[in-house]
Amino acid sequence: MSADLALIWPELILTIGGLITLMLGTFAGDRQVGLYQLASLVTLAAAAVAVIALFGTEATVFSGTLAVDAFGGFAKLLIYAASFVCIAIAPRFFRDGMRAEYPVLILFAALGMGIMASARDLMTLYVGLELNSLAAYVLASFMRTDDRSSEAGLKYFVLGSLASGMLLYGISLLYGFTGTTDFAGIAKALGGEMGTGLLFGIVFVIAGLAFKISAVPFHMWTPDVYEGAPTPVTTFFASAPKVAAMVLLTRVIVGAMAPAIGAWQQIVIFLALASIILGAVGAIGQKNIKRLLAYSSINNVGFILIGLAAGTQQGVEAVLSYLLVYVVTTIGSFLVVLQLRDREGQQVESIPALAGLSQYRPGLAAAMAVFLLSLAGIPPLFGFWPKYLVFEAAVNANLVPLAVAGIVASVIGAFYYIAVIKTMYFDERSEAEVSGGGNILEGTIVAVSALWLSVIGYLFIGPLATASAHAASVLF
Amino acid sequence: MIGIGHYLAVSAVLFTLGVLGIFINRKNIIVILMAIELILLSVNINLVAFSGALNDLVGQVFAMFVLTVAAGEAAIGLAILVIYFRGRGTIAVDDANRMKG
Repeated sequence: MSADLALIWPELILTIGGLITLMLGTFAGDRQVGLYQLASLVTLAAAAVAVIALFGTEATVFSGTLAVDAFGGFAKLLIYAASFVCIAIAPRFFRDGMRAEYPVLILFAALGMGIMASARDLMTLYVGLELNSLAAYVLASFMRTDDRSSEAGLKYFVLGSLASGMLLYGISLLYGFTGTTDFAGIAKALGGEMGTGLLFGIVFVIAGLAFKISAVPFHMWTPDVYEGAPTPVTTFFASAPKVAAMVLLTRVIVGAMAPAIGAWQQIVIFLALASIILGAVGAIGQKNIKRLLAYSSINNVGFILIGLAAGTQQGVEAVLSYLLVYVVTTIGSFLVVLQLRDREGQQVESIPALAGLSQYRPGLAAAMAVFLLSLAGIPPLFGFWPKYLVFEAAVNANLVPLAVAGIVASVIGAFYYIAVIKTMYFDERSEAEVSGGGNILEGTIVAVSALWLSVIGYLFIGPLATASAHAASVLF
Repeated sequence: MIGIGHYLAVSAVLFTLGVLGIFINRKNIIVILMAIELILLSVNINLVAFSGALNDLVGQVFAMFVLTVAAGEAAIGLAILVIYFRGRGTIAVDDANRMKG
């Protein structure tokens, strides 16, 4: 048992650090932003160091319920980095409304996501997922005096609970008809003949997890929640939980359901195609930049699912690379949104208000253009590379029609990204002028991620491919 | 003799009622919270019935986890409902429409 504890240092650090941050917030008061902010950031950095220290260790702990491996480690680093950024940018956004709950909830959500990324048993899967979701519901309604924020929290809660219910129902069927909650045991049991009960179980589990990654047809909450939640929280929702849920879905499909490929592959292909098409079509005509980015995230999840549909090691590698590039792009684009304020200092979210942005904030407009084109996967930018990887994996897995459909849809999807760029660069300067610059921290993150996505990213392809190949090989 | 099939049937009926309760109900958000509890309890019936049929304790341990999480979920749901009501003065489902598109 104590040997097991030594292998879950990241989780222990997050738990203790979260509790310390909570105590600091309670006793020092919400005004001491610097204090609890520092505590939470140090906690996340320490947890990331612990993950790095555990690289190379392959073990299962606590009676085989959690896996300590490179696959989980890769995801955890990504999750902790995204959470770090989302805590760091918060005080400037919330100003006097900043409370200690914010970093504490993000720390506990990160803890839950870490458990999701390491789960190899239906029980840890469920506990990790709920730990993340319960914190997320509160975060969505964090600005409690704001109508839109509380409505976002309410919608997220109701639909999220429904999804958890479906997931649980599927879990109970899988447990009942295989007799175990262990992923490896389920894979063994699925190798035999498959009855209706098991099929229902698989469908319900995938549906529940598809909700968490907001794949169509379980995406209805995404635009509303992304629009209503405070922007730093939206940044968080669009980055870290996507990684955790996607990695968890990969583990479930490759680890537990691999023998039932006939059952899950069709479902994943459907989810992928529906997400890509609806993400592209739904974004057309949106007037709110956060809503637009929500549809863009639905669209991108579809591309990630193409890699998963392949079900091969190459496909999983593509999923991991895509997640990394996607997280950087999403955080960058939401940080640009965060800097858009009018003269009174109010947040600007409408796309028409961005007209002529390139004339008075050329750097910001250029960065936004890089992020949007990268999300669309236009070739010279780095966002093209992971899209190429998922298509390559799909073609090698004999899913040529899926790859072709994905490429066609991504061309359609480029339309609305380019429409925003046209507004920023070629339209008349708008009345509602955006002013209010960012601070050094936000500016640096935006600049670095935009540069990385423009061309410099290609220099990192070698190490990135090695890392994702090493992480993916654990599952096969 | 009551077998595993009977338990599964009851649980499936409760689950369906819960899901319908969320989608059909257009009146009151509290009813949605009750429907969510119904879904979670139907899962618990499933888990405990399977646990008995398989003669395996894991299902019952799982049911305890589900109960605990359900309690936390209900608390958070009601808390969000309270701040929502404070801001809007209504908890009718059809009024939750500040955002559309």
